[in-house]
Amino acid sequence: MSFLNKNVSETQIRLKNRLWLYIFSFITLFLLIVPSLVVIPMSFSASQYLEFPPQEWSLRWYENYFFSWKVENGFNDWMAATWTSIKVAVLTIFVAVPIGTMAAYGLVNSSSRTSKILFPIFISPMMVPIILVAIGLFYFFVQFKLVGSVLGLVIGHSLVALPLVLIIVFSALKNYDMNQEKVARSLGAGRFRAFREITLPQIKFSIISASLIAFLTSFDEIIISLFVAGGDNSTITRSMFLALRDQIDPTIAAISTILIIISSGLLIVVQLLGNNKDQH
Amino acid sequence: MSSTSDHLNQDGLKKLAARENLTFLGLTLPYLLMVAFLIVIPVGWLFYLSFIGRDGTFSFENYERMITSRSYMRIFITTFKISILTTIICTLIGYPLAYFMSQLSRKWANICMVGVLIPFWTSLLVRTYAWLVLLQKKGLLNNIALDLGLISEPIKIVHNTTGTLIGMVHIMLPFLILPLYANMRAIDKDCLKAASSLGATPTRAFWTVFFPLSLPGLFAGLLIVFVLCLGFYVTPAILGGGRVIMAAMKISSNIELYFSWGAASALGVVLLVVTAIILYIASKLVSLDQFGNK
Repeated sequence: MSFLNKNVSETQIRLKNRLWLYIFSFITLFLLIVPSLVVIPMSFSASQYLEFPPQEWSLRWYENYFFSWKVENGFNDWMAATWTSIKVAVLTIFVAVPIGTMAAYGLVNSSSRTSKILFPIFISPMMVPIILVAIGLFYFFVQFKLVGSVLGLVIGHSLVALPLVLIIVFSALKNYDMNQEKVARSLGAGRFRAFREITLPQIKFSIISASLIAFLTSFDEIIISLFVAGGDNSTITRSMFLALRDQIDPTIAAISTILIIISSGLLIVVQLLGNNKDQH
Repeated sequence: MSSTSDHLNQDGLKKLAARENLTFLGLTLPYLLMVAFLIVIPVGWLFYLSFIGRDGTFSFENYERMITSRSYMRIFITTFKISILTTIICTLIGYPLAYFMSQLSRKWANICMVGVLIPFWTSLLVRTYAWLVLLQKKGLLNNIALDLGLISEPIKIVHNTTGTLIGMVHIMLPFLILPLYANMRAIDKDCLKAASSLGATPTRAFWTVFFPLSLPGLFAGLLIVFVLCLGFYVTPAILGGGRVIMAAMKISSNIELYFSWGAASALGVVLLVVTAIILYIASKLVSLDQFGNK
């Protein structure tokens, strides 16, 4: 057991004196990861009730999800909600990423005094309590008949995704040498061409990360959807939330499993992109 | 002669620089317009509505109700109680974990980081649902406790404050750990070596050197957690089972059930002001663009 006497810090703490910290940290990490995963076995249960471990296995809840439109007067049309969510999330990328990237580019190049004023404004959608943003948008959209429309959802979700896009692209541009664009322009390239051909290829991984995060932000968003979505355009998270408030439908375990797969897939892609850092 | 041409050139350059700056500002315009139309104007409108009474004239009745009504008082107390407890529990759990990670080699720390990031990326709703499943009367936790003989009959751990706290701590923990860990990583390890070479015991070196240096990250993390808790809606709505009513839920029910925009707006304004004050304090303690650049 000599390894217990190994030094583990600059202050000569031995491993055995710090064993509690290791155990505590492992338990905490376990509790961070595992609870979300219980929904996976649950989703394959045959029972109406959420028992763990399930006594019998079946795919009925997946069937319920994928063929919800077949159910006459079904409580939820899960498929329609999923399509709305995907549509809105993809459109959010196309609104939030260009606007966020432009702003990040402008911010990096402006004087420190200007950026000091602009930065808090830019991250304000993240700072104002989301419920306030949601009811504000609801009030605003009522006037323009945008409640219950895909456009309204895209606008709302883009607003929430913008600060994240800005932060990601901004930090990529901060590490990028803008003089390269100056060189291109001195050689006769226009401003836009210099950006497209010199800067963009070098920050493309950050732009892709920002797009994935914008997608996920929109896909997971609940509060704005609760107020702004409606009628035929419910989103998947909104339907899930409303269903959860009323009953514990095991179909939600099936949908949750699918959502976990999607988000961990995206996380892996973003992590790989991070390792594949944009070269400067 | 040459000095005048220098001057001319300077003027030209200045003009060029001014035009460049204008172009860069122009690029931020769509973003600024979105914030103006979708945040400033709607929130400004809500601010105005909060001063309109039931009869449609200017009045403070929406704010008066908050002070005099017991149900509002209860909501404020619940909101602060849940937020403070969540922040404290997150600190007690998150600080040792962040410290542990900061002591590991980069490689191992990154592996642990995945453990912190997985819940961060998993849908909030999925995680809340998972806790609902785990904590219910016939859930896994009760079953294990029953099998081990710790309890004789299932106890109620969900649809109340306990369940809400468990769910919120799980969701907020990454928000505390990320800035705290970044801060701890940046602490110069030579300071600790110096302390111990001067005779400080490990405990003393930790409390007099490491802990004070980690405070900016800790403050940043716990203020973020606290502010996010104040406006929380989904988790208390599901895990609280209607017994834990926080400010955001009251705002929503005011509108959905009672169409009472004035009352909802007033509560929203209070929430916004409290949040703004806390964030202002935070920006004085730690520079806000620290988050922007990380």
